[in-house]
Amino acid sequence: MSNGTLYDKVWEKHKVAELPSGQDQLFIGLHLVHEVTSPQAFGMLRERDLNVAYPGRTFATTDHIAPTEAEKRKRPLTDEQSEEMLSALERNTSDNGITFFGFESGKQGITHVVAPELGLSQPGMTVACGDSHTATHGAFGSIGVGIGTSQIRDVLATGCIAADKQKVRRINVEGELGEGVYAKDIILKIIQDLGVDGGVGHVYEYGGEAIEALDMEGRLAVCNMSIEGGARAGYINPDETTYEYLEGREYVPEGEAFEERKEYWESIKSDADAKYDDVVTVDADGIDPLITWGINPGQVIEITDTVPQPDDFETRTDREAAEQALDHMDIEPGQSMLGYDVDVAFLGTCTNGRVSDFEEAAKILEGNQVDDDVRALAVPGSESVRAECEARGIDETFINAGFQWRRAGCSMCLAMNDDSLEGDEVCASSSNRNFIGRQGSKDGRTVLMSPAMVAAAAVEGEVADVREYLGDEPAGSPSGVGEAAD
Amino acid sequence: MTPENHITEVGGTGVPIPGDDIDTDQILPARFMKEVTFDNMADYLFYDARRDDDGEFNDHPLNRFEGASIAVINSNFGCGSSREHAPQAMMRWGVDGIVGESYAEIFRDNCKSLGIPAVTTDHETVVELQEWIEANPDGNIDIDVENEEVTYGDTTIDVDIDDAMQEALVEGIWDTTALMYSNRSKVEETVAGLPYVEGDD
Repeated sequence: MSNGTLYDKVWEKHKVAELPSGQDQLFIGLHLVHEVTSPQAFGMLRERDLNVAYPGRTFATTDHIAPTEAEKRKRPLTDEQSEEMLSALERNTSDNGITFFGFESGKQGITHVVAPELGLSQPGMTVACGDSHTATHGAFGSIGVGIGTSQIRDVLATGCIAADKQKVRRINVEGELGEGVYAKDIILKIIQDLGVDGGVGHVYEYGGEAIEALDMEGRLAVCNMSIEGGARAGYINPDETTYEYLEGREYVPEGEAFEERKEYWESIKSDADAKYDDVVTVDADGIDPLITWGINPGQVIEITDTVPQPDDFETRTDREAAEQALDHMDIEPGQSMLGYDVDVAFLGTCTNGRVSDFEEAAKILEGNQVDDDVRALAVPGSESVRAECEARGIDETFINAGFQWRRAGCSMCLAMNDDSLEGDEVCASSSNRNFIGRQGSKDGRTVLMSPAMVAAAAVEGEVADVREYLGDEPAGSPSGVGEAAD
Repeated sequence: MTPENHITEVGGTGVPIPGDDIDTDQILPARFMKEVTFDNMADYLFYDARRDDDGEFNDHPLNRFEGASIAVINSNFGCGSSREHAPQAMMRWGVDGIVGESYAEIFRDNCKSLGIPAVTTDHETVVELQEWIEANPDGNIDIDVENEEVTYGDTTIDVDIDDAMQEALVEGIWDTTALMYSNRSKVEETVAGLPYVEGDD
């Protein structure tokens, strides 16, 4: 059993009682709410005549159904179901005294982008949201968990969830990342190594030199995809990078109060001699950019590798998944993913919809044009991200290259708005899930990759090695690959 | 306020849903979540997998085993998003209990919230049960939550159930809202020890 880890300390701080079932009642310090998974929960509250227990610890925005084209954000929304969901959220938050960041606020966006940038997510908190990517907030050194709608009812009514304490796996990510390799590649590498169900029963504590070297936006990307590795939560111990990011943000105390708060943040860090249930090392030194070739986020290869044979896998589960993936993606074992034809380039989401993601992609797009056959969407993770990109002229780079520059929302990550794949289109995507049907078409195909890789794929019209745009020829790869006349 | 729902045993005919890592996007595609209630979710259960290219029902097990109460699944079922829409859709379609190799955690938690026992056993046993259902579509399967057993035909197998889920179902305390609500004063004590919660929160 773990002892002295951040997870243990934060859990103890928030534990209210042990329930008769043996689970712990855990206080939730930050509850994030969006339009899709909350209306049923507010309905349950009304049925039971209960009030929201901690409206001041509850914040809402709209993301899943948010139209990303400016003219489609006029009310009432043209899609009646979306309008009904948004109206319900506005009514529920206003009736219960909950802060709501709507379209007009300038702060609307994906919950997991908005809460960090406003300074709502802080070290030593428990964070819950009716969305599995709540693990994102662990980047600050908090416990972030995705919950279902009945649990949202629990949090609204009591400020608490009933939860089982998990085991803690420390993941040391060692090595230095080369040019064209990013936080996204680290988390894809971890899922490749540990599997899509490797984290079941565990939370992941990420550490090691490659993690410590990441800025906050990179750390958010890593923690975001903990759930794709089967871990309910993932976190990184706070350090100076964390505190520098937080200082001066809207919901972070200032001056002396900041210093006091920092003492708390320091106190919940994992002890040097903390005991973990499990420790693994992931070698990220000199890894090539990674991409998915299949239909789950563990079906990953480095861009210089080829698609594996189903027989290469040890377990029956993995072999069967590989067969299904080859069929769905229409690829052959032994084939390189370089040159795999791309119809759509999608940049954004709670994984990679932050300013640095657009900044890195813009470096690739500068002076280049999106391939004629590619539909390219840039969807900022929040309206604040959009504003900052626009203030810095990053939007111009995207627009000049042929990208559509959109408004904030979840967009084509799960296609609950108008942004969707059609037929068997292939999407080079900076999102987090390549499940069949995820991007809105049951025959659609998703290739997950870093934002810079999405930009390179948009320009080439096919999966490409971003390093060819960074003047750093990949070692061992013959020059001119993927550049044959077409 | 607490539904007095002791769930010690559930049973009925079965439906095999074979495959590992079946994610919630397959169980309940996101485009059907644009409704403010769960009322219609059964209509969207495995929507794409159950239909051919013309939109007609294919031979997916859910189409062949209409009326079943016990779903039999393989490993890491319900991975991906936290959407309760997935188990809600299964429950509203008629599923009262699930036997399988393993579950993604949020999915299992959601099943507990809804009072759906989700029990586990090994791969071979699950496959045998899935084959038995194919051969005995009208055969009854019983999940005994209290004694951790599943009985079908002349066979009884030992299964596992998460301790907290078992306790919650058997004692009828799987609806945690009332339970936790009664601890309000203890919550206040916990909150008082958190430096980041201001007085007016």
